[in-house]
Amino acid sequence: MIDVKHLNKTYVMGDTVLHALKDVSLKVEEGEFVAIMGPSGSGKSTFMNILGCLDKPAEGSSYLLDGKEVADMDDDQLAEIRNRKIGFVFQTFNLIPRRTVLKQVMLPLQYTPGAKDIKERALKAIAHVGLEKRADHKPNELSGGQQQRVAIARAIVTDPVIIFGDEPTGNLDTRMSEEIMAIFQELHREGKTLIMVTHEEDIARHTQRIVRFRDGRIVSDEKVTEQIDARDVLATLPEEEHT
Amino acid sequence: MNITESIILALESIVANKTRAALTMLGIIIGVGAVICMLALASGAKESMMSSIQSMGTNNLTIMSGQSRNGGVRGGMGSMQSLTLSDVEALRKASAIGKLAPQVQTSAQVKYANNNTNTSIYGTTPEYADIRNYTVEKGRFIRDNDVKGIKKVAVIGPTTAETLFGEMTPVGKTISIKGIKFEVVGLLKSKGSSGFMNQDDIIIIPLTTAMRRLMGTKYLGNINVQATDMSKMNTAEAQINKILRKEHKIKNPEDDDFRIFNQNEIMEMANQTSQTFTLLLGGIACVSLLVGGIGVMNIMLVSVTERTKEIGIRKALGAKNSNIQSQFLIESLMLSIVGGIIGIIFGVGVSQIMSALSTFTASVSVWSILMSFGFSCMVGIFFGYYPAKKASQLDPIECLRYE
Repeated sequence: MIDVKHLNKTYVMGDTVLHALKDVSLKVEEGEFVAIMGPSGSGKSTFMNILGCLDKPAEGSSYLLDGKEVADMDDDQLAEIRNRKIGFVFQTFNLIPRRTVLKQVMLPLQYTPGAKDIKERALKAIAHVGLEKRADHKPNELSGGQQQRVAIARAIVTDPVIIFGDEPTGNLDTRMSEEIMAIFQELHREGKTLIMVTHEEDIARHTQRIVRFRDGRIVSDEKVTEQIDARDVLATLPEEEHT
Repeated sequence: MNITESIILALESIVANKTRAALTMLGIIIGVGAVICMLALASGAKESMMSSIQSMGTNNLTIMSGQSRNGGVRGGMGSMQSLTLSDVEALRKASAIGKLAPQVQTSAQVKYANNNTNTSIYGTTPEYADIRNYTVEKGRFIRDNDVKGIKKVAVIGPTTAETLFGEMTPVGKTISIKGIKFEVVGLLKSKGSSGFMNQDDIIIIPLTTAMRRLMGTKYLGNINVQATDMSKMNTAEAQINKILRKEHKIKNPEDDDFRIFNQNEIMEMANQTSQTFTLLLGGIACVSLLVGGIGVMNIMLVSVTERTKEIGIRKALGAKNSNIQSQFLIESLMLSIVGGIIGIIFGVGVSQIMSALSTFTASVSVWSILMSFGFSCMVGIFFGYYPAKKASQLDPIECLRYE
């Protein structure tokens, strides 16, 4: 699914050259659920942006996504890849203000030329994250957890091959985080490939595999031995009435 | 994202920022409104000028005595007295001339009972009515008998009549001009003109009476000539030149002691003046439209900055640069289209009010509406292009980080 080889990325800031990623290589198979961890400045966000086709790696890098080389694509080709193959879930939800849930979720399909049944597909995605009753609400009428679920619905509506989470639980309390992780695990069981950046050890242990970054390099890559099931955690938490 | 959705999106964004959009559009509204009003005003002025010239009669030529040249001192037009009644008789033989009316003119104090006014007194012959398009409302015009008999009769213009007589019928009353008593025999029909060259504020008396009793002169002020046909105007002018030079024994045309005013020339001059006028007014109005366009650009730049994050989100979801560009371009186009439509309504409305309040009609042409609307759309595209381009080239990562 993802095959990154000798990935480099440098930033020039005035006189200093910041080497954000140094010769990173990583393979992720289809259906894997991977957590990327590391302290701030370790390069994990840069790595994520490149994987998500929002940023371009330095020359000489190779990035095969779903069998296609994307390292040297131009802006429009990358936009198309993002639209068709990638779903994003951000820490700050990144919903567009003043638009209803339905419109938020329809948006990616509106950028897909020739997309059909946009509304039906959006409603299906909304139902998938359990927000069918909130389709006409605007972001400011929803809780943080609900907003993140809208973002997930928006990420899956195009039926992407891979879903990226950039600290998707970073702004949420424990219960909401577990709810989000439950949805992620559900998507994983359905066969989706998921990669998420997190700095919370507990959240990372919901995944199958943890890749750790430090100073622009991968320092460890190990399987999660005792995977946490979000449903079990939710069962132990007291009920709340925000859903 | 198809065009309908883009337009809906743009309208949503305009509605979401009503005050800001309204202020931006105000520039376009005033610009488009000004273009329409100014052009309406200019064409209204032109029409009224033309009809005022037309109402003076058609196919007209006026012969005036020339400038006097006493050594180095040059008098004003008509200061030299050179035209006489024998000139008129000579001119009657010219083939291209249809009608002739010699004229003297003075202004004098006119009294009736306790009312008095200062007005233009024209001494002329019966043909004057035909040449100058005067018709009589009540009574009669000057007759040949009046001229031959040096009679003290007067035909009075409606404006003068109102000043002197108010609601009373002037026909049959006696007025005094420079202390000489005249009987009013006719009231002229209004020509509807006003302001400068008011053709309704006039008293017409027989030529002979004016020359001998009122002014004591042997010379004519000018000779009104009507060519037989519109196409004969230039022939008539040539014939007049030839005859008068012979009569006055002038060999060199530079020594002419008379001048001919051709109505065609006056019309042409008026036309040119009004064209300059139209260009000037239209130009000023276009500048205001341009300023409105800069306002649109300003707001679009603010809008791009304000929605940086949204641009980032859209790009992350797969919007191409061209999608973002067209979104902002359509938005600025919508601002100018909506502004343009309101501006048209505003401009037409103001033109109507102006015509209602002033003496001439401001006529709005379809052409000026289309032109100003097209221009405002162009302004929208032109000034929306840069902000839209800027928005489309933003880096998605930077945008997503933007707070």
